Amino acid sequence: MNVPADVREALTALMAEYAMAIDEDRLEDWVALFDEACDYKVVTRENVEQGLPNILMWCDNKNMLRDRVESYRHVNLYNLHYDRHVLGPLRFTGNDGSTWRLDVSYSLFQTELEGASRLFSVGRYRVEAFVEGGAARLKSVTVVADTGLIPSLLATPI
Amino acid sequence: MTSEVRWPRNDYSRVPFRLHHDEELYALEMERIFRGPAWSYLCLEAEMPNPGDFRTTWVGDTPVVVSRHKDGSSHAFVNRCSHRGAMIVRTLRGNADRHVCLYHRWCYSTAGELTGLPFRKGLKGEGGMPEDFDLKSNSPRKMKVESCAGMLFGTFQPEKAEPLEQYLGEFGTGMVRRFLNRPIRILGYSRQLIHGNWKLYAENLRDTYHASLLHEFFVTYGVDRATQKGGVKMDGRHRHNMNHAYAATDTQEDAKAAYADTAARLDRMQLRDKKLLSFANEFPDSMNLAAPTLFPNALLIQINNTIATRQIRPKGVGAHEVFQTVFGYADDDEAMTRHRLMSSNLVGPAGFVSMEDGEAIEVVQKATRSAGEASAVVEMGGRGALRDLAHRVTESPIRGFWSYWAELMGVEPEGAIR
Repeated sequence: MNVPADVREALTALMAEYAMAIDEDRLEDWVALFDEACDYKVVTRENVEQGLPNILMWCDNKNMLRDRVESYRHVNLYNLHYDRHVLGPLRFTGNDGSTWRLDVSYSLFQTELEGASRLFSVGRYRVEAFVEGGAARLKSVTVVADTGLIPSLLATPI
Repeated sequence: MTSEVRWPRNDYSRVPFRLHHDEELYALEMERIFRGPAWSYLCLEAEMPNPGDFRTTWVGDTPVVVSRHKDGSSHAFVNRCSHRGAMIVRTLRGNADRHVCLYHRWCYSTAGELTGLPFRKGLKGEGGMPEDFDLKSNSPRKMKVESCAGMLFGTFQPEKAEPLEQYLGEFGTGMVRRFLNRPIRILGYSRQLIHGNWKLYAENLRDTYHASLLHEFFVTYGVDRATQKGGVKMDGRHRHNMNHAYAATDTQEDAKAAYADTAARLDRMQLRDKKLLSFANEFPDSMNLAAPTLFPNALLIQINNTIATRQIRPKGVGAHEVFQTVFGYADDDEAMTRHRLMSSNLVGPAGFVSMEDGEAIEVVQKATRSAGEASAVVEMGGRGALRDLAHRVTESPIRGFWSYWAELMGVEPEGAIR
C-alpha cells in the first residue's frame, strides 16, 4: 500500500527502537514509545487460530505497562538473561486517518549469563501506530507468538 | 538395580535429589504410575462437546487420543498405530467420524477400535493379511475413562485402580465440583516448558511455604500472604492436597510484622492500575485462592477470578510441560470475561505470581544433578504423621505426595507412613 516516505521512515525507526529498548534493558524507554491510551498483549497463535481470547500478558493502558515494568524491576524473579530481537521488514496493512496498521515478524533469542543462546520465541507483531508532530507512538501492539510452548518462563516483554 | 530408593527417613522428611535425575526411575514412573492404576487428568468434556470431537494429549510420556464417540461416551486410547507404530492422530483437536493412520491407512473408530485396513484380503487372491488376523484384539491400548463433573480422568489399569470417586475422595470430588459447578466456557490455553523433573512441579504445587516468599508480588500487593486465614487440606491417602486462603483476613500490620524484608516495600509500592487485583467473590466458600492438586498430573487453580486446570506432561527425566486450560462460565457476561482475562496476568508462564516457579524448578534441577546421595529437607510444618493444617507455614503435602509415589512405585521404606 501507499505509505508516505516520512511515515514509513518514522515507523521503521519506532520499531527498531522498540526492539533495541528491550534488548538494552531500557524497559522504561520501551514504555515511553506507547501512547497513554494503548493496548499491549501477548497471545499465542494456537489460541488466536481457535478464536480463543486467553492472554499471556495484557496491559490495556500505559499505567499497566508501567506496573509490569516496575514489578519486573523490583518484585518478580526470573531467569537472568539478555534478549535479542531480530525484526523483519514492516508490512503496512491499512490506515485509519492518522493511525497506521502494520505487521512485523520477530525472532527473539535469549542468552543466559554463561553465554549460551537459545531461540526463545518467533511470531509477529500486529501494530497500530501514528505519527504526530514528527514523533511516532504506538497505539496497540499484539504479539502473536508462534512459539506457544514458552521455554522456562516469560518475564521480559516481547 | 538402581531403581531401588534409599529413603533416609520413613516419613519422607528427606527426599533424595537423585529421584529427579534417575532415568530408570523415570521409566518406571511412566509404567507404574502413568500407565498404572493412577487416574490421570485427560481434558475437560467442554472441550469436546459433540460426537466425533477429539483432542490429543499426553499421559506421562504416552501419546493419547481422547474422543467422544457417536453415542456420546468418552474414550481414550494410545495414539499409536497398532501396525507400525505411527502416531494415528497428528492434530491437536478436531472432529472426525474415524481416525486413519497416514502410513498404511489403518482405520480406527472414535472409540479407538481397529475397524479396517487396506488390502486385508490382498489383490486378486494374492497377498493380504492371514485369515485369522483379528481386528479387535489388535486395537491400541485403551484407558478407562470416567468423568467427575465434566473433568475427564483415565487409567490404564482399571482392574487395579480404585473407582474414580473413591480415588479422588470426598475432598477431590468436592473440589472438582466447586470449580465445575455450572457449564464452563474455555478461554484458551498456555504452555510452558520447564527444564526440571515433573515431580519438582508436583512438589511446588504442594508447598504453601514458598508461595508468599518466592512470589513477592503476592505479598507486595497483598494478593496472598501467609498471614491470611487459610491452610492445607489433604485426602485420606495424602496424595491430593489443597492450599487455600480466604480474602481479606489479615491486616497490613500482620503482614509487615511477618515479612520484615519486604515490609518497606508494602507502603511504597502500589499498582497504578488496581483492576489487576480486583476480586469478585464468586464461590460460597469465599476463597480467593484455591489450588487443589490431584495426583499425579492435575491441578485446579483459582487466583482471584482466574480459573484454570493444569496438566503436567513429563518430557523426559529433566523437563516437563505445564499445559494450562483457562476457563470461565457460560453465563459470564462480557465484562466478567474481560475481568477473568485481565486477572490471567497473574497466572501462566508470564504470571505475576507464577513466573518464578519456572526459575525455581530449573535452578533446583541444575544444582542437584551433582548432589549424589544428598537429600532435600522437608520439615516445615513438622515431621511424622501427616494431617490437615489450619495454617499456611507448611510443606507437609510434599511428604504426602512422596508417600503415595513410593507406594505406587513399590519403593516404600520400612515402616513407611502413608
